[in-house]
Amino acid sequence: MKNRLVLFIPLILFLAMGIFLYKGLFLNPQQLDSALEGKQIPVFQLEKLEDSSEIITNETLKGQVSLLNVWATWCPSCKYEHPYLMRLARQDILPIYGINYRDERALAVRELAREGDPYTKNLFDHDGRLGLDLGVYGAPESFLVDHNGIIRFRYAGPIDMRVWKETLYPMIQELQAQAKAEGAS
Amino acid sequence: MKAFIGLVGALLLSIAMVGTAVATPVDTYEFKNVDNQKRALDLAHSLRCPQCQNQNLIDSNSPVAQDLRLEVYQMVDAGKGDAEIIEFMTSRYGEFVLYKPRMESKTYLLWLGPIVLLLFGLMIGFIFVRKQRISGAVEQELSVEDQAELDKLLNRDNK
Repeated sequence: MKNRLVLFIPLILFLAMGIFLYKGLFLNPQQLDSALEGKQIPVFQLEKLEDSSEIITNETLKGQVSLLNVWATWCPSCKYEHPYLMRLARQDILPIYGINYRDERALAVRELAREGDPYTKNLFDHDGRLGLDLGVYGAPESFLVDHNGIIRFRYAGPIDMRVWKETLYPMIQELQAQAKAEGAS
Repeated sequence: MKAFIGLVGALLLSIAMVGTAVATPVDTYEFKNVDNQKRALDLAHSLRCPQCQNQNLIDSNSPVAQDLRLEVYQMVDAGKGDAEIIEFMTSRYGEFVLYKPRMESKTYLLWLGPIVLLLFGLMIGFIFVRKQRISGAVEQELSVEDQAELDKLLNRDNK
């Protein structure tokens, strides 16, 4: 009887592997975990997109929960995402900081003038240095940053209603509640 | 004679040009020395492009790969060690950029799985073979009654 059970080991191994590989079919390889979640935003000093004399640093972002949105005029998905960001900006839920990534300043300014500007402030990351420190590999990408300046979540790809409602907004509410609790104490 | 020297010269020149053209097809980065170049290229070959996913930093033409490649070159020329450069990459892009994953709790299965499976297979094989041997040996040792029965049968045939 005992020996019989041994004969089933290959079958069990096969099934276990089957389940493992089957699950792998549904993983999205584009959706990489960010190595930066749980870490401070990188130290940076960048010019404001519209005004090169104003310098924005990582300290600027602290004090409240904010959304960092990496965008560029060369990025088609950013254009797709733009109207939804405009809607979010009107609702005034949290500041949205733009990181204008490897772009031309004049083009970016013109684009915002034409299509509307959902951003509280725009950082001009011309050489992609901040993008590199953030582990950005494309655009658009968005980072949720808490009031201590710690990156809590990274979303790669355009934000739309579904992503916002299912993923981002619940997290933002939670982070804002935390910020409030810590601010009160 | 002049023609011969010219020919040899041309040949040497072409060999020299082939020699320098091997490095990378895309970049014109000037390394401080050949050792640095070799080490940087080896490193860049061992790192995966986070955007294109199935190419290493050298093979890929995506802007991210170009940036990271340049970063690797500059860090090598600045005298940074391999471990430091790899740490730089993984702290930004995660373990994903390593073609050869590190040995840690998350990857024990990956590294040790095949060895465990091999040992398991060997064990089963060993047990199986041993069992066969033992059962073979048992068959040869007939009990006294069986031997008597066998003798009887053999004798009857001989008659």
